[in-house]
Amino acid sequence: MEIVTCILAGLLFATAIYNLLQKQLIRIIIGTGLLSHGAHLFILTMGGLKGGKSPILNEDVSNYTDPLPQALILTSIVISFGITSLLLVLAYRAANDNGTDNMDQLRGNKNE
Amino acid sequence: MIFAVLLPLLIACLIPFLSKVKHKIHTGIFVFFIPLIIFLYFIQFIGTNFSPVRQTYQWIPSLSINFDFYLDGLSLLFVLLISGIGALVVLYSIYYLDKTEQLGHFYVYLILFMAGMLGVVLSDNVFVMYTFWELTSISSFLLIGYWHFNERSRYGALKSMLITIFGGLSMFGGFILLSVITDTTSIQAMIEQKSVILNSPYLPLILVFILLGAFTKSAQFPFHIWLPDAMEAPTPVSAYLHSATMVKAGLFLVARFSPILADYEWFFIIVSIAGIVTLCWGSYMAVKQTDLKAILAFSTISQLGMIMAMLGFGTKVAVFAAVFHILNHATFKGSLFMVAGIVDHETGTRDIRKLGGLLTFMPITATLAFFGTFSMAGVPFPFLNGFYSKELFFQSSLGLNENVGSFASFLIDIIPVLAVFGSIFTFVYSMYFFFGVFSGRKKEKQLPKKPHEAPIGMLLSPIILVGLVIIIGLFPNLVNGSFLAHTAEAISGEAFHPHIVYWHGWKKPAFIMSLIVVVLGTLLVLTRKKWNAVYRILPGKLSLNKTYDVIVDKLDVYSNQVTNFYMNGSLRLYVALILGTTAIVTFTFMLLTGGFTIGFDNLADITPIEISVVVVMMVAALATIFAKHNVAAILVLGVVGYGISILFVIYRAPDLALTQLIIETVTVALFLLCFFHLPKMQVRKESGKSKLINAVISVAFGAMMTLIGISAHTSNWFDSIAEYFLKTSHKLGGGDNVVNVILVDMRGLDTMFEITVLGIAALAIFGLIKIKRKKEAE
Repeated sequence: MEIVTCILAGLLFATAIYNLLQKQLIRIIIGTGLLSHGAHLFILTMGGLKGGKSPILNEDVSNYTDPLPQALILTSIVISFGITSLLLVLAYRAANDNGTDNMDQLRGNKNE
Repeated sequence: MIFAVLLPLLIACLIPFLSKVKHKIHTGIFVFFIPLIIFLYFIQFIGTNFSPVRQTYQWIPSLSINFDFYLDGLSLLFVLLISGIGALVVLYSIYYLDKTEQLGHFYVYLILFMAGMLGVVLSDNVFVMYTFWELTSISSFLLIGYWHFNERSRYGALKSMLITIFGGLSMFGGFILLSVITDTTSIQAMIEQKSVILNSPYLPLILVFILLGAFTKSAQFPFHIWLPDAMEAPTPVSAYLHSATMVKAGLFLVARFSPILADYEWFFIIVSIAGIVTLCWGSYMAVKQTDLKAILAFSTISQLGMIMAMLGFGTKVAVFAAVFHILNHATFKGSLFMVAGIVDHETGTRDIRKLGGLLTFMPITATLAFFGTFSMAGVPFPFLNGFYSKELFFQSSLGLNENVGSFASFLIDIIPVLAVFGSIFTFVYSMYFFFGVFSGRKKEKQLPKKPHEAPIGMLLSPIILVGLVIIIGLFPNLVNGSFLAHTAEAISGEAFHPHIVYWHGWKKPAFIMSLIVVVLGTLLVLTRKKWNAVYRILPGKLSLNKTYDVIVDKLDVYSNQVTNFYMNGSLRLYVALILGTTAIVTFTFMLLTGGFTIGFDNLADITPIEISVVVVMMVAALATIFAKHNVAAILVLGVVGYGISILFVIYRAPDLALTQLIIETVTVALFLLCFFHLPKMQVRKESGKSKLINAVISVAFGAMMTLIGISAHTSNWFDSIAEYFLKTSHKLGGGDNVVNVILVDMRGLDTMFEITVLGIAALAIFGLIKIKRKKEAE
């Protein structure tokens, strides 16, 4: 199963990067969203997907899944949410102030 | 000895305060005493029983870089030249520079230069020497650009800076090699380990590096081009830096290292060729010049070439002649620059075509110029020092019959011929300089100012220098044994002081060569007009200045083109470059090290539910690309996010699933809000080519991540630390939900900063929305 999730994560990365290379701002942010999904999936896979119960202690259970990757992913989800929302507002301001959301037109001035 | 270096530096700090009173007292008067004191201190070392003095002051002992001063005959000659001529130049500048000039700047630069120069010649530590060496380059740059409102000054300053710093850096490389090989930083200690250096495989590199430093500083062909442009500096600077001191730093360097390098055959070949070529080229080019200072600049180049050639010959006579000529050249060239400055000051022009017949207006200046130019030409009068050193030069060029290779022996055959050739032109431009300015038709009506004799203060310095020319000319053996012999000994390692006599008899070959020079030179001067056409043709288009300009320009243009090629302001290109490079480098690296491994043990089972979720996610992810409409892309992105949360459920991560669900919902809502507010969307068509490139980059990157993931999972080397968390969660953390205990207890710091991130993002968003646009604010 780990191989399948790795392939899925790889596909998420590929589509994310294809979106990152687009001209429209919103497509780029969609790309970053996909990128963070791919990364989270990777972290989860690296911890191992083998059986075991949820890491909530219970006297009947002796085998749990690895709790550390879950904690890491939880932190990462929150941070990427913060970044994505900031990016969205930034895109909104940038597009409205400059009158375009085309990355080819959003360039710095010469010698700036 | 350290005071000789520190005193100028200390006074340099005080000059800005002293120059406040420049309208009452000329700042130069304060400065004048410093070189004078140094000169008087060092003159006491002259004597037959001189032995080297060493003083050490700690600077960076851990790197064995210390102020290690060493005074031997060679340093003594240079110290006396620097301080003596320094005092005379300051005296001259008091009368030359008006009080309206920025005197504070001038004297600070000049005295910094003096300190640097004294440091170079006194240092025994190579790194300290390099430090002072660059100090002279920088202060010379400042002095050349003293009249910075002149475009030509700035050009000249930049040119000299680029060339001398280039040489300085390569010299630094040579020093580093030397100190690595010998494991010492002291030059004297290196000389003791001469055999180690001569047997080292780095010897050719050391030689080239050090000689590059010396040749650029001493304006040897083809690095001489900065010197004529440095003539934009005020005349006292030209007299001091570009005739007597700084340009001799390269000669000093060669002389200082010749005890080590002179046994290497290439040293003889390179240094002699460079010197002889510079001598001929400089003296030939000097004839073509029309500006007085340009003539003197090329003359300096050719005389430096002559000294360099003699240092290259390396025989006892040659080294003594070189040392003797360093002294002589400093006297007559310093006085000639001052004469040129006086002519400029009193007539308003330095163009030799506008000058003429000044003898009656400026008799004293003319007399001084007579001694200077005739000494420079090497005219056989018994009261001119230039003649003796030139004759010694001819003598040493004939005495090169050592056992050497075939190329070197060919060189030995042609050196005397070239020496005579260069000297003929030296004679020609010297005569041209003197007679062109002071004799002939009077042209005082064409001159910007009415010519008259200079004030006595201005004449004082050249009078003293010309006095030295005559004294050394009349008594050439005056300082031999007590002074110059020590200098020659420091270079060649053997004591040698010839008895110089004026009259050798008709049959001496050196004298015959002198006669040839005078006779042919006189002929060339008398028939000068007929030769003008020849002078114009050669070298014609063969200009080294143009080469320099083209190199500097093209470097600018090409680096601009290269930068503009990939820094075109398009973020998409940058992202593509970064990701593409990452993929290529990672693939290559993993292929080379055999990093890809796939193993099928230790895998979890595949269940139909998982597979169906994965397939849905794959389709959704691909759909983000192919969706025509942005809303569709946003929605399928949501599908991917919900798919992930289902995976979290399957893989028993309840907290993750919960968070992911909520956050995905909020994110999708935000996306839609943002989409609603973005400007009217246009459909943006990509060209087929860029689509293909994007696809290749993204597929490569995705494949790379997949392979890395699989390989990383296969080579699972260590057990997880999960056991610890599971065991101690209840006991230490007091909670049963291990993930939450990790988040707030065991790794609580992460959570704190994650909260900070959210807070900052919230503030930033608030700011972005609330801050008024510039247009609205106005």
